Amino acid sequence: MDASTRTKSRSKKPQYSRFTQQELPAWKPILTPKWIITSFVIIAILFTPTGLLCLWASERVVEIIDRYDDDCLPDSYSTDPDSFIQSNNTNKTCVRTLKVPRKMSAPIFIYYQLDNFYQNHRRYVKSRSDKQLRDPDEADETEDCKPINGNDDGPIVPCGLVAWSLFNDTYKFFKGNKAIDIDKKDIAWESDKKYKFGSNVYPKNFQKWELIGGGALDESKPLSEQEDLIVWMKTAALPTFRKLYGKINTDLEANETITVVIQNNYNTYVFGGEKKVALSTANWIGGKNDFFGISFLTIGGVCFFVAINFILLYVLKPRPLGDPSYLSWNRNQGAQ
Amino acid sequence: MGKDKRKKMHLSKMYSIRRNGFEEDLSQIGGKGFSRVVHCNENGGLEGINLQNYADNYVRSTKYTPVTFLPKSLFEQFRRVANFYFLVTGILAFTPLAPYSAVSAILPLIVVIGATMVKEGIEDWQRQQQDHEVNNRIVKVHSGRGDFATSQWKKLKVGDIVKVEKDEFFPADLLLLSSSYEDAICYVETMNLDGETNLKLKQSLDATSSINEDSKFNNFKATVKCEDPNASLYTFVGTMNFQEQRYALSPQQLLLRDSKLRNTDYIYGAVIFTGHDTKVIQNSTDPPSKRSKIEKRMDSIIYFLFFVLFLMAFVGSIYFGVVTKDDLDGSRMKRWYLRPDDSDIYFDPDQAPLAAIFHFLTAVMLYSYLIPISLYVSIEIVKVLQTIFINKDVHMYDEESDKPAHARTSNLTEELGQIDTILSDKTGTLTCNSMEFIKCSVAGTAYGRGVTEVERAMAKRVNGEDRFDEIVTEAYSHLSVKGYKFEDERITNGRWVNEPHSDVIQKFLRLLAICHTAIPDVDEETGKVTYEAESPDESAFVIAARELGFEFYKRTQTSVTFKEFDPKSKKRVERSYELLNILEFNSTRKRMSVIVRDDEGKLLLLCKGADSVMFERLSKKARQFEEKTRDHVHEYADAGLRTLILAYRELNEKEYEEFNEKFTEAKNSVSADRDDMISEVTDQIENDLILLGATAIEDKLQKGVPETIDKLAQAGIKIWVLTGDKMETAINIGFACSLLRQGMKQIVITLESPEIIAAEKAGDKNSIAKVSKNSVQKQIAAGKAQIYASKSDAYALIIDGKSLAYALNDDTKNEFLELAVGCASVICCRSSPKQKALVTRLVKEGTGKTVLAIGDGANDVGMLQEADIGIGISGVEGMQAVMSSDIAIAQFRFLERLLLVHGHWSYRRISSMISYFFYKNIVFGTTIFLYEAYTSFSGQPAYNDWYLTLYNIVFTSLPAIALGVFDQDVSARLCLKFPLLYQEGVQNTLFRWRRVFSWMLNGLFSGIIIFFLCMKSLNPDSYDKNGKTAGMEIMGATMYSCVVWVVNCQMALAVSYFTLIQHIFIWGGIFLWYLFLIVYGALPSSVSTTAYKVFVETLAPAPTYWLVTLFVVIASLIPYICFKAVQMRFYPGYHGMVQWIRHEGRANDPEYFQMVRQQSIRTTNVGFTARSIARDKEFEWHLER
Repeated sequence: MDASTRTKSRSKKPQYSRFTQQELPAWKPILTPKWIITSFVIIAILFTPTGLLCLWASERVVEIIDRYDDDCLPDSYSTDPDSFIQSNNTNKTCVRTLKVPRKMSAPIFIYYQLDNFYQNHRRYVKSRSDKQLRDPDEADETEDCKPINGNDDGPIVPCGLVAWSLFNDTYKFFKGNKAIDIDKKDIAWESDKKYKFGSNVYPKNFQKWELIGGGALDESKPLSEQEDLIVWMKTAALPTFRKLYGKINTDLEANETITVVIQNNYNTYVFGGEKKVALSTANWIGGKNDFFGISFLTIGGVCFFVAINFILLYVLKPRPLGDPSYLSWNRNQGAQ
Repeated sequence: MGKDKRKKMHLSKMYSIRRNGFEEDLSQIGGKGFSRVVHCNENGGLEGINLQNYADNYVRSTKYTPVTFLPKSLFEQFRRVANFYFLVTGILAFTPLAPYSAVSAILPLIVVIGATMVKEGIEDWQRQQQDHEVNNRIVKVHSGRGDFATSQWKKLKVGDIVKVEKDEFFPADLLLLSSSYEDAICYVETMNLDGETNLKLKQSLDATSSINEDSKFNNFKATVKCEDPNASLYTFVGTMNFQEQRYALSPQQLLLRDSKLRNTDYIYGAVIFTGHDTKVIQNSTDPPSKRSKIEKRMDSIIYFLFFVLFLMAFVGSIYFGVVTKDDLDGSRMKRWYLRPDDSDIYFDPDQAPLAAIFHFLTAVMLYSYLIPISLYVSIEIVKVLQTIFINKDVHMYDEESDKPAHARTSNLTEELGQIDTILSDKTGTLTCNSMEFIKCSVAGTAYGRGVTEVERAMAKRVNGEDRFDEIVTEAYSHLSVKGYKFEDERITNGRWVNEPHSDVIQKFLRLLAICHTAIPDVDEETGKVTYEAESPDESAFVIAARELGFEFYKRTQTSVTFKEFDPKSKKRVERSYELLNILEFNSTRKRMSVIVRDDEGKLLLLCKGADSVMFERLSKKARQFEEKTRDHVHEYADAGLRTLILAYRELNEKEYEEFNEKFTEAKNSVSADRDDMISEVTDQIENDLILLGATAIEDKLQKGVPETIDKLAQAGIKIWVLTGDKMETAINIGFACSLLRQGMKQIVITLESPEIIAAEKAGDKNSIAKVSKNSVQKQIAAGKAQIYASKSDAYALIIDGKSLAYALNDDTKNEFLELAVGCASVICCRSSPKQKALVTRLVKEGTGKTVLAIGDGANDVGMLQEADIGIGISGVEGMQAVMSSDIAIAQFRFLERLLLVHGHWSYRRISSMISYFFYKNIVFGTTIFLYEAYTSFSGQPAYNDWYLTLYNIVFTSLPAIALGVFDQDVSARLCLKFPLLYQEGVQNTLFRWRRVFSWMLNGLFSGIIIFFLCMKSLNPDSYDKNGKTAGMEIMGATMYSCVVWVVNCQMALAVSYFTLIQHIFIWGGIFLWYLFLIVYGALPSSVSTTAYKVFVETLAPAPTYWLVTLFVVIASLIPYICFKAVQMRFYPGYHGMVQWIRHEGRANDPEYFQMVRQQSIRTTNVGFTARSIARDKEFEWHLER
């Protein structure tokens, strides 16, 4: 290339742009004491009332919990709960009385709570067939459900361990002698009822063979209306969980005594689990849970504490800015 | 082509072309290794007969071909342990072992591998483009019947006859047949091969020299038998059968691919080696692949994480095994709902150990989220962008040579931030390699008033002026003649005639105009003459002669013609001297001479050479100016100038006849001691010379070199100079660069002592070696003792090549290194390329620090490849250094910005990014692991498969990449103002284990907080006011939201440079997560499974969800903020302090700034700042007295 053609050809000088020269406009925050103190104080100011609000909301929730698995075991069977619970001939009815501590306004939610029950075990979680639940034509999709999948007589609908182990204790509530109505509608998520459990899928061959796990299903009702099943099949995240059993749509007054008649069918004895029945109201924060409030207050408190400390440090131990004696390599330069 | 041009120049006699010296080699032709047979000019018509599987001329520099791309690049990818691990887990994901779906497991791997492969592909495609350009270059090929048609390079076949025209590259290795010159010579520039800028002469066999027209090739037939393809550039053995005669061929006839035809209108050549058989391509070796220290450490961190992962999986498996075993007690099922009585192998209590082993595999897959799968690809993306920034930096663009910086490899950018020692070449790197004629001493009088850089530097030392005054440089800008900076009104413009010894001056200038091997190139339009010379010194001489009125403008084979001013006639007259012999320069002779017959018929021998050889050759009678000239020469050398002594003698005819006879005989001899014979003959005639004077040429320093060295020294970087120059020159340049200064104790290690010389004279090689070795060891020991005796002084070590050879021996090299490390500057002179590489290796391995080598010539290649980073100067000395460098810059001074700004940033970015990657994956991995503990380690993740998949590739990687690309702790301006900032990289403060582990700990901590706070606040009571409780999907989605928020907010806290891009990526990552939840949740439940409508129906309406997110995020970040605030306040790193200064708005306050800087600068011993400080101290000391 000679000189004349070189001048003609384009210069290789890079084009200037703020991007390539790394000179984009930028915000360069640094953690100044002012910034830290301000933001921590703001967090403290925001979190303290929020925490109080949460505590207050949680406080307004009225909750009654009653563990009944041990108490509903007749004394004669106390050393051998297996034979009690597995026998068809034992009387499993159990009566509990609960006292309402404060007024509970409708709706009052009835829960059963299981402890040490691993609904989140991988084998258990996977042992279901969503296709089958949704679509009657796919009843044969039971590959994942083994060993609860059916036999030559046809597939089990709903198949799998989850459905098979359906919780089957039942509760009846009485105020005095008067039964309290339990509303079993709308205890499941709307989307589950609509899209995950088919309105034209009916239970088939369920709990018919070999071992009986948990509860049975009404074969005349489509799955989408079997809300107990839908609730049960929404697997819990942790081994201690509560599930909605139903709702009471009347208020319960303070100091009222309620009788619960429990059919103690479900076997938790064998794996050392616990069963509880819970009545609870709910508001925007959900059920009774002081943890929220306490967390907010704690964090608010911590922020406040940190802010105070920084203020103190700032006042007591001001540091000349840009003092290089803080530099690590200047301090041990002599060692080098 | 005009015939007149053919007669322009014939220089074959100028050079002693060696011929026919290969008879003994010819016997090998046809044997092993010499089997190649080429039938020239027989490819036309039907099937050529040269098709015996010789490579075609298509040259491929690409790593892959379309066919091999997939397997080869995949193989490359999976050689990385992490990628291989992900491949294994991906394959395992297709078995029932998998805790998630196979697609979701394999997708990130595909994305990551795909991205890397796309990058590889693009890079290779660019290489392919280059190849394409080269392979499709046009060349004229004989197409039969004397016609030459254009063809592409790649189509050339062995045996083709090609015609190459002026300034074109040779398309293959050619056998020169004839040229536009009658004697069939041609000039070749081999810059691309060996970096040498001088032209090489080639000449064809006499037999073919007459076939120099297109039409004559109609019936041309010849058969060449020669050696097989090999890598030796300077040998070639072969014979040619032509017209039933056999001729021997030598390298003299071989034109190598990638060299260029110069000063010759055209040549004809026969293709001998094509494509990959050519010598240059046989010669090319793959550059050593270099990996940065950070990446090496990153690998060990990844291994550590693997260890943690396997440990976690192991613990989990044991627990799982125990629990599973416990489920079945004889026939009594405990957890009956799991049906342990009827289980497949993975959960079978009867085979619990086996189940545990299978579970181990599951767990290894599940915890794979601890390993940042996207880390490697992110690093690659970031580095590519960083190299783009380097390439595009306008501050590293050199107007003069029109060259921007060019990072040739992208994997070393962060290493630029950790340089401990710089090893620099001198010529072409520190100095321009542009020689300027600046002074001369004629007849004992010194002429030339130009101020050299060195003088200016020394003046500064005396006057204490630290700032570079541009004025002085400006003053010379009007002298735009390159290579000429001579200014003296006594001589210029013909006024030399009035000087006392004007006759000597005339001879002096004539000698400059005649005694050289330069070739003039007259511009026919302007009449201006330019010169093509072997070395810049040469051309500086001719240019000086021209500027002073002795204009050399024509050279023929036998004559040198120049115009000169005749003092008598007061006119410009033309003189033509008959050129009889050229006695070439070489490094042992250190001189060159020409023998000419002047226009009056007088025989003259004109000689120029180094002072060490010239003074002893002077005639005893003609020494009148010797004393003064010696003084001047000494003075010049002191000022860093290159000096040559000029002398002449008159010869009588008889003397000459005798000489010429012997000389011709010696030249034509074929024996091995030919060179000795020649030097003996010339030695005799180059005697009894009459001294004319001395010249001084300035080896100009590159622009900004002293400032740059000063800055780098302030940054705590050590600078060593490795040069091939002699000690005096090197020391002078050392002074000019402020690497040396007065008051610095010089430890000189040399073998020039009398005893060694005595031993050398005795000639016994063993004893020389022994004595030399002892001497070097003694000197090193003495030097060390000196340093230990007084640590406060600054020392400079200067060692010459001979001593270096002994110092680099295995038993002394550690001593030598200790000594060298103890010195503030180290200068190695007279070092060979190999020694340069050895020194580099010694420093690299001996100190374990990062070493950068910078150089521009072919002799620096070894050093560049050996160093952790090789920087090539893309200057004038050819491409060899650039081709073997990692980064090419146009000027030494750009090193300052490259290291202090780009290096610092890159180091900081990469180390921050890697730390962050580990952090974010540990956060995620911790939540997964903790959740496992609550599922009795059954291997069930709380998260939906696709949450898992997208975590690494969508929601969290982009901000990290943005951090890696854009983050700046301090601006470029402040980086340069506070060079000590660079020490953060050298001392690796940002990527030491402590910091990496703190980040990991932070991740662990955040993960624990997220998991437990989510768990406690969501369970077991109801979740919203409809009394519903939180199942696994709600728990999973909430926890995941927290993780995304925490990880991105953490990033926001870590970033110190928020551009719009950062905002988009960080907040965009969070936004994308919600967007994903909505979109994915809206898909049919068969696709979205547990995420079905989870956000719209469940999470969004519940205040609980938002409250949890809020306090979990704040709680997870508080520890980091506190730590950071305390650190920033009380233990700031240097960058923190500079940020303070900037924040206070005091960065522009020069006084304050100076104060801080002075306080923080480590005392340096080199650079002009150190110089002025040392001088001040001395001054104070004097005052105290």
